[in-house]
Amino acid sequence: MSVFLSSPFMHNIFAGLAQGIIYSLVALSLVIIWQSTHVLNFAQGAMAMIATYIGMTEIDRGIGYWWCVIISVLVGMALGGVTERVLIRPLYGKPEINPIVVMVGFLGFLEALAAAIWTSTTRNITEPFSQIYFKSNGHLVFLSSFIIFQIVLAMGIMLSVAALFRFTKLGLQLRASALAPEVSRLLGVRVSRMLTIGWILSAGVGAIAAVIIASGNFGLFPTDMDGIFVASFIAAAVGGLESPLGAVAGGLIIGLAEQFILAYWSPDVAPLGGIIILVVALMIRPQGLFTKNTIRRV
Amino acid sequence: MIRVEGLSVNYGAVRALRSVSFEAPSGQITAVVGANGAGKTTLLRTISGLVSPQSGTIHLDEVSLLGLATEKIARLGVGHVPEGRGVIEELTVEQNLRLGALSSKVNLAEGLEEQYARFPVLGDRQRKYCATLSGGERQMLAMARALIAKPQVLLLDEPSLGLAPQVTAQLMKAIRQLCETQDLTVILVEQNAKSALRIAHQALVLHLGSVVASGDAATVAADEDLRRYYLGVAVS
Repeated sequence: MSVFLSSPFMHNIFAGLAQGIIYSLVALSLVIIWQSTHVLNFAQGAMAMIATYIGMTEIDRGIGYWWCVIISVLVGMALGGVTERVLIRPLYGKPEINPIVVMVGFLGFLEALAAAIWTSTTRNITEPFSQIYFKSNGHLVFLSSFIIFQIVLAMGIMLSVAALFRFTKLGLQLRASALAPEVSRLLGVRVSRMLTIGWILSAGVGAIAAVIIASGNFGLFPTDMDGIFVASFIAAAVGGLESPLGAVAGGLIIGLAEQFILAYWSPDVAPLGGIIILVVALMIRPQGLFTKNTIRRV
Repeated sequence: MIRVEGLSVNYGAVRALRSVSFEAPSGQITAVVGANGAGKTTLLRTISGLVSPQSGTIHLDEVSLLGLATEKIARLGVGHVPEGRGVIEELTVEQNLRLGALSSKVNLAEGLEEQYARFPVLGDRQRKYCATLSGGERQMLAMARALIAKPQVLLLDEPSLGLAPQVTAQLMKAIRQLCETQDLTVILVEQNAKSALRIAHQALVLHLGSVVASGDAATVAADEDLRRYYLGVAVS
């Protein structure tokens, strides 16, 4: 068993899972914002990056890892709320392309801002759990405490998001506000408040993903989240933009696919893996692998 | 009771409502009838706060509704079933009903039970997505969703639209029963003037945004000129 767990195959499985978890978390943040506002936030990754950089600045002043996580998430949530109020709210009722264009512009602004304040260098946080792989009978098992922490965290967030939308009054109001804002207002739902809450929750989950990236071996760079956003967007589309389980599954599928292509083919081709999976998934189930197909009476 | 005085609404250069005044008493159905473009839907949307008037006042009992947000008006007890029903297709029947109950302090379980008793087909289909419902079922759901919050006022916009005559007759009967048993103030907007006037207590005839006639529904229904020129009902 320990020989199998230390095999190159299992190494690729665990490495793919670790990368996939990051995609899953960002995809979850996209699912939240889609479910609660029906807007795709193209600056999601950059907002998470800024929040994490601010958290890391506080680490420089001597705070611990968990305080950095809390600060990053709170800053991310505040940034999400302010962005919705200032940039997105004036665009409701306008053509759907408008928020996309504004958020792409905001993405460029945030990356330039981060580079101007913190310079274009990679920054790390010292992780709270060991990155050193476990050993079994003298063999390396390519699984560390930090990877286990990532997996448990992602599963916890996925279950929380699923429970929020399925079982709570807030989740029902968030979904209704996105699906039918005018009808929701007629039913007494404070739609503008729900839209802000959707952005706040989504940005908070995105910030958690960025903190994990910054805690890894490679650290965080101002434009790091661009590629991660693309892979996560593909993950959310593959899993289904309305399914938290789909976001996590999609993230893991993309992470594993990239890792195996990287290991057995070429690192240059790895990003193509996600695109191929997306095309195949959309051909089989255009609504996403985990979104329910509703028969519609016409 | 809803009291509207001197209500005027413009859409740019188009005058949708011109100094409309009327009272809709509790426990009565006020039918608002007229041809397409008469301003019937605009009247309901203005009462609900979806459209801002240029002038005039709207009162729910003694509370002014003018300038209040739509959600606040809903929470004050004004239920609005919009044209096209407005059921959320991506949610189940029960989720739609739960949404309706959120704005009030009603006991959810009791509210659901009451609505399923009133519309048994909804009970049978409570876990079904609304996209799978027929037109009649959607109308029942839209009504149940508005009623679960126990509103004081019910605004119904074209409830018979797209329904078979038999279903329309059942629906109108149900509206009359509701009004009488719940002491509801109902404002019923209908193109099907004949059906609406049959169950209404009083009526308001709109033409190009102005009130051209109002009064007892039976009297309006019996006026041949009104029927011929404004209601599109054949005069026998």
